[in-house]
Order: sequence, then structure tokens, then C-alpha cells
Amino acid sequence: MKKSLNYFLVIFLFIVSNLQASTITVCASCEIKTIKDATLLAKQGDTIIVKKGLYKETKISFQNGIHIIGENYPTIDAENKQESVFSIKANNFSISGFNIKNVGMSYTKEIAAFFVSKSKNFVIQNNTIDNCFYAFILQRTRFGLLSNNKVYGNAKVEASSGNGFHLWKCDNMRIEKNVISGMRDGIYIEYSEHSHFSDNKSINNIRYGLHFMFSHYNEYHHNEFKGNGAGVAVMFSKHINMHHNTFHFNWGTASYGLLLKEIYDAEIVDNVFEQNTIGINIDGCNRINYKNNHFIRNGWALKFTGGCYTNIFEYNNFMHNAFDLSYNSRLNDNKFEANYWSEYTGYDIDKNGIGDVPFRPVKLFSYVVNKTPETLVLLRSLFVDIINFSEKVSPVFTPDDLMDVKPLMKPINPLTD
Amino acid sequence: MLKILKYSIVDLLRSRWSYVYFAFYLLLGYVLLFLNNDINKAVITLMNIIIVLTPLIGTIFGVMYYYNSKEFTELLLAQPIKRSTIFIGQYLGISLSLTLSLLLGLGIPFVVYGLFKSAAIFDFSLLILVGAFLNFIFVALAFNIALSNENKIKGFGFAILMWLFLAVIYDGIFMISLMMFNEYPLDKFSLFATMLNPIDLSRILILLKLDISALLGYTGAVFKDFFGTNLGAILSLLVLCFWVAIPLLRINMKLKKKDF
Amino acid sequence: MIEIKKLHKKFGKLTVLDGLDLTINQGGIFAILGPNGSGKTTLIKSILGMVVPNKGEILLDNKSVLKKWNYRNDINYLPQIANFPANLSVKELIAMVKNLRPKPSNEEELIQLFGLSPFLKKKLGNLSGGTKQKVNLVLTFMFDSDLIILDEPTTGLDPIALIHLKNLINKEKEKGKTILITTHIMSLVDEIADEIVFLLDGKIYFKGSVIALKKQTEQDNLEHAIANLISKQYA
Repeated sequence: MKKSLNYFLVIFLFIVSNLQASTITVCASCEIKTIKDATLLAKQGDTIIVKKGLYKETKISFQNGIHIIGENYPTIDAENKQESVFSIKANNFSISGFNIKNVGMSYTKEIAAFFVSKSKNFVIQNNTIDNCFYAFILQRTRFGLLSNNKVYGNAKVEASSGNGFHLWKCDNMRIEKNVISGMRDGIYIEYSEHSHFSDNKSINNIRYGLHFMFSHYNEYHHNEFKGNGAGVAVMFSKHINMHHNTFHFNWGTASYGLLLKEIYDAEIVDNVFEQNTIGINIDGCNRINYKNNHFIRNGWALKFTGGCYTNIFEYNNFMHNAFDLSYNSRLNDNKFEANYWSEYTGYDIDKNGIGDVPFRPVKLFSYVVNKTPETLVLLRSLFVDIINFSEKVSPVFTPDDLMDVKPLMKPINPLTD
Repeated sequence: MLKILKYSIVDLLRSRWSYVYFAFYLLLGYVLLFLNNDINKAVITLMNIIIVLTPLIGTIFGVMYYYNSKEFTELLLAQPIKRSTIFIGQYLGISLSLTLSLLLGLGIPFVVYGLFKSAAIFDFSLLILVGAFLNFIFVALAFNIALSNENKIKGFGFAILMWLFLAVIYDGIFMISLMMFNEYPLDKFSLFATMLNPIDLSRILILLKLDISALLGYTGAVFKDFFGTNLGAILSLLVLCFWVAIPLLRINMKLKKKDF
Repeated sequence: MIEIKKLHKKFGKLTVLDGLDLTINQGGIFAILGPNGSGKTTLIKSILGMVVPNKGEILLDNKSVLKKWNYRNDINYLPQIANFPANLSVKELIAMVKNLRPKPSNEEELIQLFGLSPFLKKKLGNLSGGTKQKVNLVLTFMFDSDLIILDEPTTGLDPIALIHLKNLINKEKEKGKTILITTHIMSLVDEIADEIVFLLDGKIYFKGSVIALKKQTEQDNLEHAIANLISKQYA
């Protein structure tokens, strides 16, 4: 009874405060000239409208549930000061429509355009953040929506750069339709759960486009990851659902479309991996379903670098990869079945769409390249074709149980574009 | 020289073999396009074929032309023409007509399938460029072999052996030596060994276009500079030019002392 | 005038010309004779620059010809084997050779003479050996040059063509040309040659008129005289 009364009280206060909500306007010729002054005046539920103009401010902080709206994209210049622009610990707030630039860099402090901690029920959207150290730092937040923000950094080295979205111990967050480039990690997630990441474009970040650590039960889909230093890394996490993402043009020595390390019980479906040095680097991952993914013209479509068990690869397209599969330890209990392999040269006499002879995705040459990487310059040599062929006819080095017994004759769901 | 070039080309354009070669490429182009139904993929498949086949055809054609036109050559030698003019003219005649067959044989089907509207035009141009280089290199090498061997059978034998060596055996030795010495840093060696074989060199040019994602997976600063920048393409093209020039110089040297 | 001084040529270990000296004055028909492998063709080819001598000097009208090529414009040469690019027609071949030698020519007359008109448009690959040789003769005689070198000109010719050939050679001689002929047909030599140059062991073994040769060998038949010369070698 007491508890429900408390709830009632909260709702009552909320309604009352909303009824009393007023609007504060900020502009150069207005009575209130800075956003900071406006936030000091604003009460719970108030709306602050910031007119177009240049505001040189940092450390705008508030604890109330207020709404700050930039009209015609006013600019906030942080002038590289060692302070975050917005520093928020509040519930039920929203911020939208700002251009924020020159967020200061620090080796010791976490400085961001938006530093939000211990908050819930908030929306930050339609902002453009340029030349920043961190764009968003979110600590212990819940039920936040971050959408349509554009983040541009000019990161050169990892040590002196920050992440676009940095989530730490968050829950039930939604990060949608953002564009992130030139940061260290596009999106960094640590100890955060039940969150959705969708329709983001994470491009040309110097480390990872997306980086998961110890974050379970998350889902990311319809994102594009392109030209990031090392691709996307998902590490030490369980029950991650990844679908409809595009990973492409991640080139480099230690670069991949997707790195999976110690991932259990994940679903990887309908993704496109195109022209990456390594499509997916799989290190110690168990019970993952790979389905309907497209691996197109990667150096290595799949590279296994640790013990992996009970992974199922079915209905994927492997097309024109230099190597479809490579591994350096034992591959036990993984199933490759009913995939389309562009290298497959078998026949289908009974016309059921399934090749009548199994396909062996591991080439002898990939074995050679694993041992002596310099031999890579012999790729596509006639000699290499000959040794691959002879190994195919009578396997000696490659495991004879590693094969797709039902290779498809035609690609699955060919990409339309 | 232009006169000799003209007559060689006229002679070759009337020879059955030029048409066989042209028809072969025409057929190859159509079949690949028909099977793939995609210009990009057809170009990729073709690249693999071209780097092995053009050297073989260039070699055989060069040797065959040399031996078959011996009398013609002697007729020319009695005319007031410089020796080198005769041979360089003939050499250019064969190389150009082979390149023409390649260009038209593959060009026609690809243009019919809409090459000009496709993004593959750049890859296709590279393909033709590499094919042309291989023609010029291997006809020159074939002439060298033919000039050094009066015996036709022997000359043919050496020419085929040379092709087999450069297309397959060289890479085998190359791979085995890389594997044997794999405790040592080998990136410079492997790039150098690539330069010594025109087929490998052409392959590298094609890898740069098709498999750059895989090539950049190797950890080595030399590799990275070579493949990651334009250095690789520029250097490869330059060395290919050397591969044309050096056999030609040797032909010239050989001619000064040759008796007919 | 042709002057050949100390000409040496080896093919591998085989010495073909061994310090050959020869002077041939302008005008007249010179038959170069010798047993098989005596170096007749090598000598001719050296003059033409097709064979590169190891040592020695060749002068045409007092000018060295070694490593030169322009002088060939003043030599008409009939090669031993009449083989031509198979894909060209007779007409094209004649046009081509004319094109390569910028000097006036009278091929029409020769084509008439040898009755080649019906073959003009035929491919050379389809011609018989004799017809090819006729084409060869047209190509040789159609230019006006001071030196004419004929290597086995009679090969494959029918008797009528042979008569035409002899007439041609005599006509050229009357114009004051120098004509070198190698042949195995002794009757031809007997009939037309002014002088005989006999090669043996890479040297000039005999040089003089037919009559002088007959006198020296005490034979009244040229064939026997030649046989006599050769047999002395083996003796």
C-alpha cells in the first residue's frame, strides 16, 4: 500500500510539474545568453530553446528532467577545454539539434560532448559532434535512446583518441541511425546488457567499428562497418544476436570484418562480409549459428584461431574468397552444411540443387600460407592450383572429415544490389 | 621497319593461326560471360586464364613464325635492309597481331555484354594490358630461343620448356625454398623472386586488383609498402618493361653474329 | 669489282673458308664451282652479308661491305631455295620487294617472259616448285644492278624457262654486269661461263677460263675436267 502510494505520488508530481512546465529561450540578444544559465533556471519538465548562434560553453550540467532543443542547429564550441560539454545525471531529459565542436583531449580525464551517468529515460538525438575526444560517455544509464547523431573525430593514434559511443554498465539502451567516423572505437560497450544497436554507420575509425566486452544479451543489426582499423570485435560475451550488418573493406595485417573471441550462444545471420582481409576471425567460440551470411571476395572468409566447438554454418554464400577457410588448431564438432561455395566444381545429376560430391573448403595452399606467410605472393599461381587440385583428389594434409556434404549448386538469396 | 612490320602483319592476318587464336579468345569470352552472366566475375576468371595462356600462345607463335618464315627472312636479308630492322619488324608484327587478336577476341563479347556501362572496364583494361605485355615478352623470349637453335624441334622443345618452367616449375621451386628457409625474413626475397619471372609479375599486378584484401593480411613492412601503396603496381609495370627490353637487346646482340 | 681478302669462316669446328682470296673484275659470267660443302654458298652469303666472316675483308668497288647493308641495293640475289611467305600472292610479293628496294624495275616484261600472268593472284603457298623458281627469277632480274648472284638458278625449271634464263643471263652480261653463278649443271657452265672459280678446302683451287681449265687438266670435257680437279684432292 505504501509502495503504491509512493508510485502515485511520483506520477502526481510528474503531472503537476509538467503542467507547470515553462519554456526558456536562449540567444545572444535574449535575456538569457548561455545554456548554462538556462539550465540553472530550468525546473523539472521545462523546455529550453536555444536559438541559432555560437555558444562557447562547457560543463553544462543538470539533474532535472529538462528538454533542451537547438533551433536551426546552434553551435557549441568547447574550445578544447578539459571539461565535458554536457555533464548530466538526470532522468527523463532530452537534448537535440546541436552542433558541438572541439571537445578537449586528455590523457587522464574522460571528456565527452555528452557525459551521462546514472540516468534513465532520456533521448539524445540529431546532434552533430565534430572534432571531439569522446562524443558520448554513458555510465550506468538505462532506457536511453541515442539516435541520428553524427560523430566525426580526427583520431591519429589510439592513446590520444576516444570512442564515439562509450557504454559502461548500461542496460536497455538503444543506439540507432548514428554515423561515427574518425574515432578510436566507433561504439564501445562494456558490461552492458539488453541493448540494441541498429542502422549505425561506423566508418574509418582507427581501432574497431564496434567493440563489445563482457556484454551479454545484446543485439545489433543493419549496421554498416567499413574501413575500420581492425573491424568489429565482439569479445567475452554471451547471447549476442548479430544480423543484417555489412562488414566491408577492413584491410590490414590484423584486420577483419568481425572478430569473435570467447563468444557463446550467438546468432550470426544475414550479414554481408565483403573484401575484408579476414571475414570472421573466430577464436574460442562455441554454439554459434551462422546462417544466410554472404562472404564475398575476402582474403580469408573464416579464420579459426582457437578451439571452437559446436558451431553450425549453414546456408551461407562463400564467393570468390582467396581462402574460404583456414584454421591452426583442431576443428572439432563444427558443422558445415548446405552452403554455397563459388569454388565448388561438383555436379548435380539428380537436379535437387545439392551437389552430389562433398566440398572441402580447406585448401592445401592455405595450410602452406599458415606455415610460411610469404608464400602468399604465389596466390593464383598455376602451381598452387595444381597442388590444391591434387590435394583435393587425395587429401593428405587437410582433414578429410572437414567438408560440406550438401554443397548448394546455386547461391542463397543473391544480393540484389 | 614499318614496311617489314606491315608485311608481317599482313602475312599473319592471313594465316589460319591468327584466326584460330582470335576465335579461341572470342569463344572463351562468350563462354565465360554465358556461364557467369556477370562481367565482373568473367573478368576475374579470365585473369587466371590469361596469365598462363598468353605466354604459352606467345611462345609457340613466336617460335613457329620464326621457323616458318625462315626463307622469307632470307629473302629479306638479301635486300638492302638492316638485320635488326627485319627482326624487330617481324617481332612487332607478331606481338601486335597477337595483341590485336586478344583485344578483339575478348573485347567483342565483353562490349556486347555491356562492358562500357560496367565498373569492370578498369579491370578489363588491366587484363588487356597484362595480356599485351605477356605477348611482347614471350614472343621476344621465343625469338631468342629460335635464334639460338637452328634445329626446329629443339627450338620448340626449349620454348615449351621455358613456358613450363616460368608458369609452373619456377613457382614450385619458389614455394619450396620459402618453406625451407622460413625462419629467415623472406619478404624481400619473395618480392625479388617475383620480379624475376614475368608470369609472376603479371600475377602480382592482378592480385593487386583482385586480392588486395588477402595480400594485406601478411605482416611485413616491405609487403605493406609494396602492396598497400601504388609502389607495387608502378614497380611491376616498370619491371615488365624491362622484361620486354632485355630479350630484345639480346636479339640485337645475337643478330650481329648470326649466320643465315 | 669484288675483292675478297683472307676470308675465314668456321661453323663450329668445321672450317669452311680458310683464308680465301679472290678478285673478280667487273663484267662477265663467273661460275663458282666446287664439291659439296666446299663453301660456295658461304662465300656468296658472305658477300651478301648473310654470313658473318670470322676474319678477312670483302670490298665491293673498293668499299668494305662488312656490317653494312645499303650496298645490297646494288646486288641482285637469287637464293637457292625458292620459298616465300605462303600467305602472300605473287603480285603482292613482287610489290613488296619493289617497295623494299627503291629503284626502277621491269617486272612486267619478266612476268610475260616466264608466263606468270595467270599466277599473279595465286598464293605462293599453292605454287609448284618450278613456278616458285620462276617468281624467284623475276624478283632477281627485275632490278638493274651491277652484280647479280645466282645460287642454283636452274632448280626445277622446264627447258623453255631454262632457255629464257640463259638468254637473260647473256643479256645482262652484254650490259657489262658481273654475274656469279653456282650450279651443278656443267653444260650450263660450259655454255655461258667466262671464268670458273673452283673452291676446295676453303680456298680458291683454280681460277681461269673454261679453256684454261680443260688445258690444265688435259680433258676436253668440262665435267671430266672438274672431276679431275676433285679427284686430285683425294689423291
